[in-house]
Amino acid sequence: MLDTPRVITTPEGIDLTLNIAGVVTRARAWAIDALIRIVFYVIMASALAGFGRFGMGFFLVFLFLMEWAYPVLFEIYWHGATPGKRACNLCVLHDDGTPVSWRASVTRNTLRAVDFLPFMYGFGLISCLLNREFKRLGDLAAGTVVVYVESRRTNTVKRVTVKPNGLAMPNMNEPGSSTVAILPAHATFTSANSTLQAPLIDPPPATLTLDEQHAVINYAERRPRWSDARAAELANHASALLAGKRDQDAVARLIHLARKITGQPASQVTSMKKDTR
Amino acid sequence: MQQEQFEARHAQAWAEFDNWLNAQSGGRASADDAGFEASELAPRYRQVARHLALARDRQYGSLLVNRLETLVLAAHQRLYGAGHNQRGGVARFVSHTFPRLVRAHLPSVMVASLCLFGPMVALTIIIQFYPDFVYVLLSPEQLASVQQMYDPANRKLGAGRDAGSDVQMWGMYVWNNVRIGFQCFAGGLFFGVGALFFMIFNGVNIGAISGHLTHLGYIETFWGFVAGHSALELGGIMLCGAAGLQLGYALIAPGRLTRLEALKASTADAVGILYGAATMIFIAAFIEGFWSASRVPPVEVKYAFGILCWVLMLIYFGFVGRVRSPQAFPTNSQPGASVAMTAKPAKSNASLGQRDAS
Repeated sequence: MLDTPRVITTPEGIDLTLNIAGVVTRARAWAIDALIRIVFYVIMASALAGFGRFGMGFFLVFLFLMEWAYPVLFEIYWHGATPGKRACNLCVLHDDGTPVSWRASVTRNTLRAVDFLPFMYGFGLISCLLNREFKRLGDLAAGTVVVYVESRRTNTVKRVTVKPNGLAMPNMNEPGSSTVAILPAHATFTSANSTLQAPLIDPPPATLTLDEQHAVINYAERRPRWSDARAAELANHASALLAGKRDQDAVARLIHLARKITGQPASQVTSMKKDTR
Repeated sequence: MQQEQFEARHAQAWAEFDNWLNAQSGGRASADDAGFEASELAPRYRQVARHLALARDRQYGSLLVNRLETLVLAAHQRLYGAGHNQRGGVARFVSHTFPRLVRAHLPSVMVASLCLFGPMVALTIIIQFYPDFVYVLLSPEQLASVQQMYDPANRKLGAGRDAGSDVQMWGMYVWNNVRIGFQCFAGGLFFGVGALFFMIFNGVNIGAISGHLTHLGYIETFWGFVAGHSALELGGIMLCGAAGLQLGYALIAPGRLTRLEALKASTADAVGILYGAATMIFIAAFIEGFWSASRVPPVEVKYAFGILCWVLMLIYFGFVGRVRSPQAFPTNSQPGASVAMTAKPAKSNASLGQRDAS
């Protein structure tokens, strides 16, 4: 199991999961930032070279801003991420999952001076490896974590054009509201988009536990990201569910099962692939 | 309820919520695109949070759960993140917060002053009586270069510079001195030892040089040069060290908190002091670059200016900001932020007020 997610409990009683970024990703983000800085140093140095000592003075001030203000300003005004972090899909948040504040950003970036000791982030690395959330010393003092950004853009509800009446409610008898049980076949209901006739396939050979149902659903949702061979390889592990089917048949059967558990008609399997990307 | 039905039933609410969040973060969408008023945010947010809890409890697919999770997380950040960055603006910081913070942390300020100014004054005096003592502290090469810098034979004070190099030195002071200030602060993380070391090291260094140059009789060049910027520069470095000491003290004596919690709590005020101190050093760099090295004003004017700066600085930290300001909490009209502001007033300001009053 992954042990990097950090769970925060909101006042609404909801557990939110933050995916903590590891040392290697953060080092990569830092390297990209360093590269960007170097490029700008070269540009500024050549631009100011013609101005002699005047140029030298302004270059040093520029150097100062790039070293100390660059990370803070980007973290405050660009959703918690320097360009390097943005490129690696990272951002800085407070421990409680809220966007980073001036205080926290200045703290963690000033204490970089300590993390950098004795050379190339030696203390920072040791600190990262000694706690569960990969915090360097600056993060510990500032109370910040570096997490992966879950982009709402790619993972989100598609923009639905809002009609006055909204979507029609299912006009059926309330289906067993305790929900996770696999519903009796031929549940029928309508929505605004389509009339769902659910001619469900054969029931699985045994009643699935919640975890098993979840695994099957996850399989179907992640199917589009795998090659056919990999999907078949994974499907073959679930031999108890497959009624003797192998390979591509096994894949199809698992996806059918997932359809059934989530209550979607089998005909929508292909569209589900598109949804998940 | 099956997942499909659940999604169909609530898709519109989620889409509206998502649109609202996009309108908030992107800033490109207009208000009517957002779909609902900011005042509706709280009930709608609770609704989506409830949907997430239901979806998890019913073991719906991870795509749906993830989608709801990102929605809730974004709204959580929006709601509870608002108000983090409201300390009342720069003017209020200068007129109230900064001097109050310094007074509130007088012990660390005194310790830092002692470590920086103590060796400085002591060595300046000692070397007048035992001039050779300076060679214990500094190498002959260092002394030679310093001597050359402040030799009265030079046309300009400082590094024997010509007019064009004022800007260069200004850049040098910004780059170098503010960095030293940050180092003094960061060094505090080693249980305060780093901050103490930098204070004493700089105190000894400066004391040895000033003692040596005074003994050589380079009075006008040396003291005339340093007079103007000394108050802001040394004061700034000292306050950076004091802020670092606060971090160290939180680690040594965390009280009833864990060391980590105490450290986090201490940064709130320490960083406030650091803002002010870094700004002082930054301003000092301008004085040092463009005023201190100039030979146009007579040396008496420079002395007077330097003394004036010291007096003003002491008055500032001693007396400014003692009057209680009626505007304790800045009003904020930004939608979304106001919800959080009522729940979470700026903590540091409130506690600060109490401390000053007692």
